[in-house]
Amino acid sequence: MSATAESNAATKPPVKATAAASRLWGFGVVALLIILGPVVVYPVLLMKVMCFALFAAGFNLLLGFGGLLSFGHAAYFGIGSYVSAYAAKAWGWPPEAAVTAGTAAGALLGVIFGVVAIRRQGIYFAMITLALAQLIYFVCLQVPFTGGEDGLQSVPRGKLLGLVDLSNDLTLYGVVSVVFFLTLLLVSRIVHSPFGHVLRAIRDNEARAISLGYKTVWYRLAVFVLSTVVCALAGAMKAIVFQLASLTDVHWTTSGEVVLMTLVGGMGTLFGPLVGAAVVVAAEFYLASIGSWVQVIEGGIFVACVLGFRAGIVGTLADFGRRSIAARQGASARAAVN
Amino acid sequence: MFAQAPLKSGRGRWETVEVDAILLARGLSKSFRGIQAVDGVNLTVRRGTIHALIGPNGAGKTTCFNLLTKFLNPTKGVITFNGHDITRRSPADVARLGLVRSFQISAVFPQLTVLENVRVALQRKRRDNFAFWRSDRVLKKLDGRAGQLLEEVGLEGQSSHRAADLSYGRKRALELATTLALEPELLLLDEPMAGMAVEEIERTADLIKRSARNRTVLMVEHNLSVVAALSDEITVLARGHVLAEGSYATVSRDERVIASYIGSGHG
Repeated sequence: MSATAESNAATKPPVKATAAASRLWGFGVVALLIILGPVVVYPVLLMKVMCFALFAAGFNLLLGFGGLLSFGHAAYFGIGSYVSAYAAKAWGWPPEAAVTAGTAAGALLGVIFGVVAIRRQGIYFAMITLALAQLIYFVCLQVPFTGGEDGLQSVPRGKLLGLVDLSNDLTLYGVVSVVFFLTLLLVSRIVHSPFGHVLRAIRDNEARAISLGYKTVWYRLAVFVLSTVVCALAGAMKAIVFQLASLTDVHWTTSGEVVLMTLVGGMGTLFGPLVGAAVVVAAEFYLASIGSWVQVIEGGIFVACVLGFRAGIVGTLADFGRRSIAARQGASARAAVN
Repeated sequence: MFAQAPLKSGRGRWETVEVDAILLARGLSKSFRGIQAVDGVNLTVRRGTIHALIGPNGAGKTTCFNLLTKFLNPTKGVITFNGHDITRRSPADVARLGLVRSFQISAVFPQLTVLENVRVALQRKRRDNFAFWRSDRVLKKLDGRAGQLLEEVGLEGQSSHRAADLSYGRKRALELATTLALEPELLLLDEPMAGMAVEEIERTADLIKRSARNRTVLMVEHNLSVVAALSDEITVLARGHVLAEGSYATVSRDERVIASYIGSGHG
């Protein structure tokens, strides 16, 4: 790993080399936190953080890199959660199959809703996605197999591949961590793929991308579906971890919460959504005693973020780092340009 | 001197006569809620020329431009590119055919670096643009060509800067490099000199001239000295109509042209 970083530093321009290096550092820190986390914090709470971090990371693919604000991502998280819970409970599927089923269901829903929603942008896109998500909410409320107000409770965690018993929290923690880390790598790869480059160009200036010959609608649809897949996976894992799928998963407040997580952490950054999810989940957990005042505090954090550091926690830190590097290089670069 | 209107032959294909026209517009009209922005414009762009579209403010130049690049659909009229009817094609399609435009307001990808801006254009012809599982290291192959293009517009020292941090004139230069990356057969430039400093205008004019050696250029431009120096052919628009056509010498002596320019306060 360090060898590639060195060769990058030699051939690439400095900005890119630092970006690649800081990405590597980021993954290292995440891995370290995953390993050391359970020593300090209750594993179930950490698994909740990871599920919501994936949810936010999937959402951020669409918002931060696709430039599209969806206000209905709870639909995909919730469908993933319900289908995986139902498969595990009613059909007795093993957890890996149940999670796969939940993710596939989310993907399917993503394709259908994506085709409808992707024709509009901005506020109209947000409203259409919200409307579609509300549709799913009412379906989940009415149909018999979701358990209505009660949801699907005491979902069995089962045995992974028929071998590993997941009823132990630490064992499950290991499995969730691996899925989380691999999905994070996938998200990073999507962002840093040929597709990701075109996507960012479209986000920056769609008319220009069209004038270069890109059929932008297909790219927007593709990122929408990828985003829903990651979110559905997050929901499906959440159902296994908490042994519960409920209406909260598909409720519009969950759609709002993921927006909050992403913005607080820093949209358009790889690790921002993870930090945002950790902050929000931790706030809800540690401040649970003060009841609904948590939402007031969350609102306060949100306002502070939007007013004070719009790039979010990670975005602000990255800007700070970039500026100090630029300051070091600035003088020589400017001399070369002029 | 001008091509006749394209004739629809028995086989339903548009055919052009007399001159080698790369782009033809016949009876091009566009109205916005009753306002006739472009009204029955006939335009013939000959292959290998630099053709300028000029006219006072509100003459319909930009609308005309958007019609030709398919960013707007005409109310009436026919547009052919290399003999193919493109009147109902999408803007991405015509870009793929080799008709690439620039924009009046500088159109760069602000969050991408200067190098990445040009590379995105080079990337378009690749087949793996939906490959989200692939590493972007495969794009490094394009860096050499991107660097060359940046050198041509004098941006080689700024390749790792964010495009948003460039000066206005430098953004225009970057946009031109991005457009040239597609090797378009026909280059449509919407006011390429707008907002540029004097020395940048000279450099850009030179670049346009060089890049026009193996392609055709159609540009909208306000700066008449640039138009005089660069273009082989000029079409003057006023109130949505073609007022005059010909070389700079012909057009600048045309009384209606002089009247319309003085009338609207231009020199």
